Amino acid sequence: MLFRIPKITLWRIIIAVIVTLGIYYTVIRYTRGLGAVTNLSDKFPWGLWVGFDVITGVGLAAGAFIIALAVYIFRIDTYRPILRPAILTGFLGYSLVAVGLLYDLGKWFDVWHPIVFWNPHSVMFEVAWCVMLYLSVLALEFSTVVFERLRLNFLKQAIHLLIIPLSILGVILSTLHQSSLGSLFLIVPSKLYELWYSPYLPLFFFVSAVSVGFAMVTMESFLSQRFLGKGIELNLLNGLARVNVLVMAFYLTIKILDLANRGVLGAVLSLRFESVMFDIETMVQVIIPLLLLLIPAVRTSARGLFITSLFIVIGFIMNRLDIAITGVEASSGTSYFPAFGEIAISVFLVTMGFLAFAFAATYLNVFVHVQKKEETPVEIIHDV
Amino acid sequence: MAKMGILIDITKCIGCGACEKACKMRNDLPTGLENNLSATAYTVVQERRPGMYVRRMCMHCENPTCVSVCPVGAFTKTAAGPVTYDKDKCIGCRYCMYSCPFSVPKYQWDRVVPYVQKCYLCADRIAEGSEPACTAACPTGASIFGERDALIEDAKKRIRDNPSRYTDHIYGVQEVGGTSVLYLSSVPFDKLGEPFTMQLPHKPLPLYTWAALEKVPTIVVVGGVVLTGIWWITSRRDEVKKFEERTQQHHWWQAGMKKDDTHKGGERR
Repeated sequence: MLFRIPKITLWRIIIAVIVTLGIYYTVIRYTRGLGAVTNLSDKFPWGLWVGFDVITGVGLAAGAFIIALAVYIFRIDTYRPILRPAILTGFLGYSLVAVGLLYDLGKWFDVWHPIVFWNPHSVMFEVAWCVMLYLSVLALEFSTVVFERLRLNFLKQAIHLLIIPLSILGVILSTLHQSSLGSLFLIVPSKLYELWYSPYLPLFFFVSAVSVGFAMVTMESFLSQRFLGKGIELNLLNGLARVNVLVMAFYLTIKILDLANRGVLGAVLSLRFESVMFDIETMVQVIIPLLLLLIPAVRTSARGLFITSLFIVIGFIMNRLDIAITGVEASSGTSYFPAFGEIAISVFLVTMGFLAFAFAATYLNVFVHVQKKEETPVEIIHDV
Repeated sequence: MAKMGILIDITKCIGCGACEKACKMRNDLPTGLENNLSATAYTVVQERRPGMYVRRMCMHCENPTCVSVCPVGAFTKTAAGPVTYDKDKCIGCRYCMYSCPFSVPKYQWDRVVPYVQKCYLCADRIAEGSEPACTAACPTGASIFGERDALIEDAKKRIRDNPSRYTDHIYGVQEVGGTSVLYLSSVPFDKLGEPFTMQLPHKPLPLYTWAALEKVPTIVVVGGVVLTGIWWITSRRDEVKKFEERTQQHHWWQAGMKKDDTHKGGERR
């Protein structure tokens, strides 16, 4: 039993290849520098690692603060079953962002500098502090699940005493840095393409993060159900989708109003590369999901909600990459496409995230309700 | 100390590259002229139009974007004018490179421990009362060093005295709130290529992000109060509900009527 050779499946081969490439490029990045692995240059200093691993990653992990807000502050108990998976995703997502930063920062070993050297005028400084603090909040919130597993009940109770202030702090920190990731781009008015550059970037970033947070929770639940046999009831996911319709409709409205206010609505119809990308992004991120959710058969099936969420997530990723990369290409005087090494590292990190989620979902009580309901039909005592 | 600066008169530049050589010698950079600003060239002379040479270097903004964006405050706008860089503070996020309107900061991409590189206006020489190596080396007076206000007066006088020789614009007086390095040209600046063709606002760029950043304390305070308030209301509501349920148990004649509610209440913690 101990020395049993693991079964070789297609998925395992794919994961093995991804991990091998990831380790290979990690070694090169840390022994030969950023230039050896990336297509970054003086003209194009930010690429896939900043655009995807950091800026997109933070957004994809937004589900945690929204569900914590609903359950702890608004006390909507219905959503309690989603809490743990959402917090786990948040914790893993932010951890991956931190790891992604360690790849991208030229002097990664000085990553702690913002703690000591302050610059309150820098959006990046604010984001660094918020992400640092929020990662700690998520670690504490999720630690209860680990303590529960280790039967360290006194620690679990201790954290539980702090859970309300922690949640309030988490919501404030998330509101700040989710929007501040948009503020990062306020300083490049003459570099970023006009369809994306807006004084309302912070608001757009915040609202779209809320929307993708719902979508991520839905996707995780579907995938967990499928591969691990653990998930969330359909009616809860349906409820999330209903709220998300409002969020997406609001997002679309303020986007259109903003374009009209700035007098660039016409650029939407232009055949410029950026305009086409903007249109595709908006279709995938908001319009198609809204239309899909109009169909009752989509709304009421797990698969339909999964596909809708997939659109939202892909559209969200496109939006962030468009702003961080595509939107500044024209003014940079060069073109950028990530090197194979950059893609390999990003895929490696995402894979690590999936594996960590599967590991946690298997060995910890992440999907606590579905499991227990079958065993004990009576009242369930649960703290987190 | 008076605010110093450099006036670059493009009409006087002969493209000899003496400034670039002097800069490289002063900073122990590999010799050999380069085409573009790089980690090994803090200044370069580029032939933008036939016989028309444009010297590029850090503009040393009055309200610099790099100073504002750097999360660890590695850049400093000194009282004398130079924008300097502290390589020990830098963490290598490259936000300065991404946001600089003149694309000045460059990176040592090939190094394991890379630093940002850019002109620092020979801040140490200025502090000693001397002038930057580049202006000292310029044989034609195309680059001159002096007090910024005096240089602007000088530039205005040149345009006034010789209106046919110059386009009526001193680049750097108003762009992004003003820069310590100023340019005079014979042709309109939008015909000189980057960065001059870029439509830069006259408002300093740091003010764009400050508009969002200054709201942070408000969000923290208002958010904290509102969220705590909501939590207080919802928890009070639950307490009241719990209390009512308990009272109902005492009044056995009411208990039967609220059976459904009691059952629902069991879902709570």
